[in-house]
Amino acid sequence: MTIGKPLPHDSAPLHVTGTARYVDDIPLPTDALHLAFGLSTQAHADITSLDLSQVRAAPGVVGVWSAADFPVMPDCAPASHDEPLLSTGRVHYVGQQIFIVAATSHLAARKAARLARITYHDLPALLTVEDALAANSRFEAGPILWTKGDPISAIATAPHTLEAEMEIGGQEHFYLEGQVAAAIPTEDGMHILSSTQHPTEIQHKVAHALHLPMAAVRVETRRMGGGFGGKESQGNALAVACALAAHATGRPCKMRYDRDDDMVITGKRHDLKIRYKVGFDATGRILGIDFVHLVRCGWSQDLSLAVADRAMLHADNCYHLPDIRIESHRLKTNTQSATAYRGFGGPQGIVGIERVMDHIAHVVKKDLPDVQRANFYRGMASTGPGTARRYGGKYSPHPEQFTPQTTPYHMEVTDFIADQIVTDLMARADYTARRAAIADWNRSSPILKRGIALTPVKFGISFTLTFLNQAGALVHVYQDGSIHLNHGGTEMGQGLNQKVAQVAATVFGVDTSAVKITATDTGKVPNTSATAASSGTDLNGMAAQNACMTIRTRMADFLAAEHQAPASAVRFAEGMVHVGAESIPFAQAALMAYQARISLSSTGFYATPKINWDRVNGSGRPFLYFAYGAAITEVVVDTLTGENRILRTDILHDTGTSLNPALDIGQIEGAYVQGAGWLTTEELVWDAKGNLQTHAPSTYKIPACSDRPRIFNVTLWDQPNPEETVGKSKAVGEPPFNLGISALMALSDAVAACGDGTTYPALNAPATAERVLAAIGRMTHV
Amino acid sequence: MEQVAFLLNGTQVQMTEAPTRTLLDYLRETRGLCGTKEGCNEGDCGACTVMVTDDTGTRALNACILFLPQLHGKSVRTVEGLTGPNGEPHPVQTAMVAHHGSQCGFCTPGFVVSMAVAHLNGDTDHDTTLAGNLCRCTGYAPIIRAAQAAETAPIPTWLQTPFISAQVSSGGPGDGKSPGAFRPTTLDALATLYAAQPDATLIAGATDVGLWVTKQLRDLSPVIFLNAIKEMTQISHAQSTLRIGAGVTITDLMAAIKPHHPSFAELLRRYASLQVRNAATIGGNIANGSPIGDGPPALIALGATLHLRQGSTRRDLPLDSFFLDYRKQDRLPGEFVEAITIPTHAPALRCYKISKRFDQDISAVCGCFNITTQNGTVTAARIAFGGMAGIPKRAATVEAALIGQPWTVPTITSATKAFATDFQPLTDMRASATYRLTVAQNLLTRYFHDLAGTPVNVLEVQP
Repeated sequence: MTIGKPLPHDSAPLHVTGTARYVDDIPLPTDALHLAFGLSTQAHADITSLDLSQVRAAPGVVGVWSAADFPVMPDCAPASHDEPLLSTGRVHYVGQQIFIVAATSHLAARKAARLARITYHDLPALLTVEDALAANSRFEAGPILWTKGDPISAIATAPHTLEAEMEIGGQEHFYLEGQVAAAIPTEDGMHILSSTQHPTEIQHKVAHALHLPMAAVRVETRRMGGGFGGKESQGNALAVACALAAHATGRPCKMRYDRDDDMVITGKRHDLKIRYKVGFDATGRILGIDFVHLVRCGWSQDLSLAVADRAMLHADNCYHLPDIRIESHRLKTNTQSATAYRGFGGPQGIVGIERVMDHIAHVVKKDLPDVQRANFYRGMASTGPGTARRYGGKYSPHPEQFTPQTTPYHMEVTDFIADQIVTDLMARADYTARRAAIADWNRSSPILKRGIALTPVKFGISFTLTFLNQAGALVHVYQDGSIHLNHGGTEMGQGLNQKVAQVAATVFGVDTSAVKITATDTGKVPNTSATAASSGTDLNGMAAQNACMTIRTRMADFLAAEHQAPASAVRFAEGMVHVGAESIPFAQAALMAYQARISLSSTGFYATPKINWDRVNGSGRPFLYFAYGAAITEVVVDTLTGENRILRTDILHDTGTSLNPALDIGQIEGAYVQGAGWLTTEELVWDAKGNLQTHAPSTYKIPACSDRPRIFNVTLWDQPNPEETVGKSKAVGEPPFNLGISALMALSDAVAACGDGTTYPALNAPATAERVLAAIGRMTHV
Repeated sequence: MEQVAFLLNGTQVQMTEAPTRTLLDYLRETRGLCGTKEGCNEGDCGACTVMVTDDTGTRALNACILFLPQLHGKSVRTVEGLTGPNGEPHPVQTAMVAHHGSQCGFCTPGFVVSMAVAHLNGDTDHDTTLAGNLCRCTGYAPIIRAAQAAETAPIPTWLQTPFISAQVSSGGPGDGKSPGAFRPTTLDALATLYAAQPDATLIAGATDVGLWVTKQLRDLSPVIFLNAIKEMTQISHAQSTLRIGAGVTITDLMAAIKPHHPSFAELLRRYASLQVRNAATIGGNIANGSPIGDGPPALIALGATLHLRQGSTRRDLPLDSFFLDYRKQDRLPGEFVEAITIPTHAPALRCYKISKRFDQDISAVCGCFNITTQNGTVTAARIAFGGMAGIPKRAATVEAALIGQPWTVPTITSATKAFATDFQPLTDMRASATYRLTVAQNLLTRYFHDLAGTPVNVLEVQP
């Protein structure tokens, strides 16, 4: 059985030798053209004149297209048809595409794109959530409001109340491979190579732009050099532009964004402000809470509604909040259109409630984990399927104690294990002793202060747009026993293909090396969902397993009949097929089946069961299950400069029964560092005219090597998923991203150590050295 | 300029290309060697890292901001050239697979090359050697595990070949001349050439000038490459001074000053990344005139003397008087930085770099302090800052407020007020004016405690 083995990424030998090919590495015919966009320099304006004569005259330029060249402007939006490929007269942010230039080289196209002479009539630009609120500039008619219980009364009658606001910054994806696409005209239509998480979306958009049926457009994605959500919708414009230029010129066209263009043009994680009013008792138990999310969505809707929904869906994190109100404003601003980013709004929601926990702990003068645990959902130990004790007897607990509690959106929480994980992690990390040691250290260290914090995580798994929870696969077993597999998911570094190969290999009882998974191809598996929402393995692994099972069943039935044995007596293991007393190599079994005219090819399909969701009213079961985890982070800060670093991180994370512990640990380590980066050094800065000032790695600082925790212990909570997922595993892409929140909270703890306990640090994110120093200033200058 | 020739993965290549064509574009577009990746095109991510060897050793460089003439006579090895003649993997490649060091794989070739260079040089300070390679997937932990695992593996035989300088051979492509590009081999030749063509762009490491090409898309011609001038890379010791040639790289400067000025060396350890320090020169760092370069504040605090040359005329001046105004220096047309001289003795020199990220970041504030006390009284003070004004600048009023005073907390507290007189910093994407001023003031406090032995550096705190 290869499921559960810590195999390396299937492409690792190619990665390390530079032979793994990305879109820009694939040779195109020598007549291929290279594209660049001309970009808006204004945040909100009408174009009053557009002179492209110098662009056309520039060396190497073959074609230039602007809105005037398209009777109907192709659209690039994933949801609401509000993203014209090129501006049709009004620009809505600095970086919006105005024209396309095609030239004989990438450099020639970039140079030419800067030669346009454009004049604008400026319009008032809305840059902040306050600007947008004041102008009532928003998506949807008004805020979305979910209420459960009676939060207003609960807060009003609570012994303690708090009211505050926090800022949470956005985040640039900084996939190392920038956006790139190529279009090759063929006799059958258009062949697209795209670095995308969503080939079907590219296919759909290109077909629409070219007025072709989707069947005439084939999109292929071998791999991405990182995605993180940034290639769910943001690759559309490049693919559509390439397709149009290829169609117009009959030549292959390729487009890749220079890093600065990429950062200026494409959307990022949504930044937001969260206002909270909370009532609680002396133990820190929340009695009622009222959240307002002010979400900055940018100029177009993109995926913002679902992102903002998911922020609301995670406003509870691990805590049972019976009386809660969540109001979410999706604000339209003249900035990049914020888009999917690992966690898809969930992390923002979790930061909100973790901030509340930290604030409450400060007020009631308790250690943060004590307040967190006072608010946990009731654990699976008493409420999970098959584990509840029967009640009614003499010693039975009150039924209420093992009735599942519900989330703010009325979903029963039946699989809660964060309580167990936290207990285990606190012991592993020696939390209590270290907490005391840190207090001692701080008393003797006048300038440097340490802090420590725990963050538990509960993250909902499934697309909240229910119909997306489906996947397909196509499996061929050849007569030599080799297996070719395609599925609808895309590979962006997570090792999806390896996990799916392990699933397939396990079904057939062969080695993983016998399973060949090739590029994701819309011609192989149609109507795919984006590889997003951590769903890649859950959906595609199951679809592949179903396809494999279909073939295996056919083989088993055939072999059983041949040997006059029941099909159930046929076993596939260690490269052999065992029928009764006889053992046949898998390859021979395949050859025999082929010669007996048994079909050795099958599609497979999977649709997630049990889920239903009413997003407007915030009610239903949007998730099949939750993934859990917890992290404890220790930091040190310098009270003179705000400089800080992570000293130690301990993580215990729930992957269900891991399909591949090595890949899962890799996801957890990487997600933690990316999450911590989001909340510490990664600061996006716009100037007063809406220009993004941090548009390159020189100014936008993702974690570097030395920023990882000095001590970094990651352990898997290796217990089966109670739901029927592939191999009883759990999704792992996004949930551990939230563990990085513990870094922000540890900084808050270290800042609090600078004061006398009367002032709460109220540390906003990202907690750059500057923000940390400002918070320390608030501690000491009250 | 003559043709350019170098060894590429062991085979000589020769070319006549535009002098500011980057190695990265040449590798990917002309040679089809697509293992070397473009991540940022500005030397900040390391995805394009290549191994470059010459008679002084082997180092990692960023191919995206490396112009082809800078490689003349050298040996370049890309990720494709790390494997053995029969496809045997390099030990770091094996370790990266075994330790799950790659996920999306796009940064991986750059990491592998950086790791192979460190492995070749026996350098096991992985946090420093890999500071210039960004990875967005792994969180770095498995990469470090791989680097550690490969430490004890022998250097592959195919990388142990002695360095042989490539030579231009006749019958190569092109006409053998690149108009508007020059590569003088002596200081005298440079002086004559530059005096005659004062509008030429001087290119040493190209770690800043490279971006004029890759980001600003500028035409720099005529260009004069400085890397063939051996005299410019010399460091000479006198009794109590070091004279450092303008062409000395930051890497070599760091090694030279470490015994004398460990705090300055530590500042330079955080100067950009190893790939950049291997290319960037101290002369470029000075002549560039950037208000946020990390070399000048330390050099000014040390009381460095700058040696300028125009044609056959030489003059010396204190480094602080070289910087006149934002991007304006006391430099005549055709005049260039020949060398700099610093004292070897400054036991109280401390250099503090404050940036959003510790490694591979540009300073928000760089403060360098060099105070002399006798019997508890300040007798001399040199305090210089980067990031606080349009130029690297001394805190003259603060210095005055300290000199003659007892070296005590009240003196410090009193002197911090003077920072607002010396500096009116700007707000930008790196920091606000308020933060910069507050930090500058606090760094004087840090300096006091640092000299007193109180822990002040978060980088020195162990978990």
